[in-house]
Amino acid sequence: MIDKAMASVREAVADMSDGASVMIGGFGTAGMPDELIEALIDRGVGDLTIINNNAGNGETGVAALIKAGRVRKIICSFPRQSDSHHFDARYRAGEIELELVPQGNLAARIQAAGAGLGAIFTPTGYGTLLAEGKETRRIDGRDYVLEYPIHADFALIKAHRADRWGNLVYRKTARNFGPIMAMAARTAIVQVDEIVPLGSLDPETVVTPGIFVQRVVALGSSARAA
Amino acid sequence: MKRLDRDAMAARVARDIPEGAYVNLGIGLPTRVADFLPVDREVILQSENGLLGMGPAPAAGDEDPELINAGKQPVTLLAGGAFFHHADSFAMMRGGHIDICVLGAFQVSVHGDLANWHTGAPGAIPAVGGAMDLAIGAKRTFVMMDLLTREGQSKLVEACSYPLTGLACVSRIYTDHAVFDVGPEGASVVEMIDGLTFDALQALTGVPLRMAV
Repeated sequence: MIDKAMASVREAVADMSDGASVMIGGFGTAGMPDELIEALIDRGVGDLTIINNNAGNGETGVAALIKAGRVRKIICSFPRQSDSHHFDARYRAGEIELELVPQGNLAARIQAAGAGLGAIFTPTGYGTLLAEGKETRRIDGRDYVLEYPIHADFALIKAHRADRWGNLVYRKTARNFGPIMAMAARTAIVQVDEIVPLGSLDPETVVTPGIFVQRVVALGSSARAA
Repeated sequence: MKRLDRDAMAARVARDIPEGAYVNLGIGLPTRVADFLPVDREVILQSENGLLGMGPAPAAGDEDPELINAGKQPVTLLAGGAFFHHADSFAMMRGGHIDICVLGAFQVSVHGDLANWHTGAPGAIPAVGGAMDLAIGAKRTFVMMDLLTREGQSKLVEACSYPLTGLACVSRIYTDHAVFDVGPEGASVVEMIDGLTFDALQALTGVPLRMAV
């Protein structure tokens, strides 16, 4: 029997170790898997490369990971915000490396990794600082920049509901990077409000098919289901 | 001569957004355009974090932290709205499905180059978000900005001195003094505020202008 359900967030992140590359879902705090990140901090691992849209908001999630000094490098599109003080301080102190990627290229590179593509040609960023030194090509009269996929050892994702096969549905704009990060990471770990019995999720509305998901952990009040 | 205030600029942009358009309004000043879209015109707003059919801010107490816009503010979803993931969201831009995006700017060149993401100042932490994708992806990219900096320098320029967001991507600029079309032929003046003459506008910008035909 396939059962991807974990008993706890602690168990779900038990094999994550120093130096891992970790995709973390969320746009700002919407979709940020705070509880999985807390468990990762508790494990004491560091030297991480984090892929997220932002570089932490306030005190929770990615911000807490940065505050705890566990992040060596961050790949993101929009680090500087009114509440990114933990990133700002470490960046100015030279303690964290930043790879800035336009948001759509970030999504496309993550998706390319999940889809097994060797690279993509994207029009975004052509002629700008963020494409300096990169290979370009004119295709049908339009200029493109060659960008490579972003792979990761792990993805930490927040979804709404899962079943034990790992099928997922999300909630509102908390979906954001979840579906493509689940595809791109070697091990996708998903926290959900509840795990429901097989067959309870309408197959027409499953957003992430379970093949892309390795572990799910329920945080809601509902008991772990069959 | 009375310059347009921000609401008047937003209302002016809203006038040019047609029935049925799919529109992305950038963070900051462009967000205000939504308040001036006529209620009898069906325009679908996209927010790049993953929704189409974005509605106004919710009533106090009805905010949902998982229903936000690209500026991370709580919003609502209209009947008929939809959620999607980030790769789909940016396919909507890059793939040319968004009809119009409205962005703020530090500078725009007469040929439509845009600079709006980074001042390049030493010590500034760069952040780009979706600006580069929006600028080059939408069928038409409008810019909404004051014509002059606080120091009185024109933000419509021959060539941008700030780092570029995209090349030859802006088609129209709405300012507090005038509306311009920009592109391969250079800048032309579509309209000016009452009391402003072409010669005075030419002097303010310092770039070659012509009247739109």
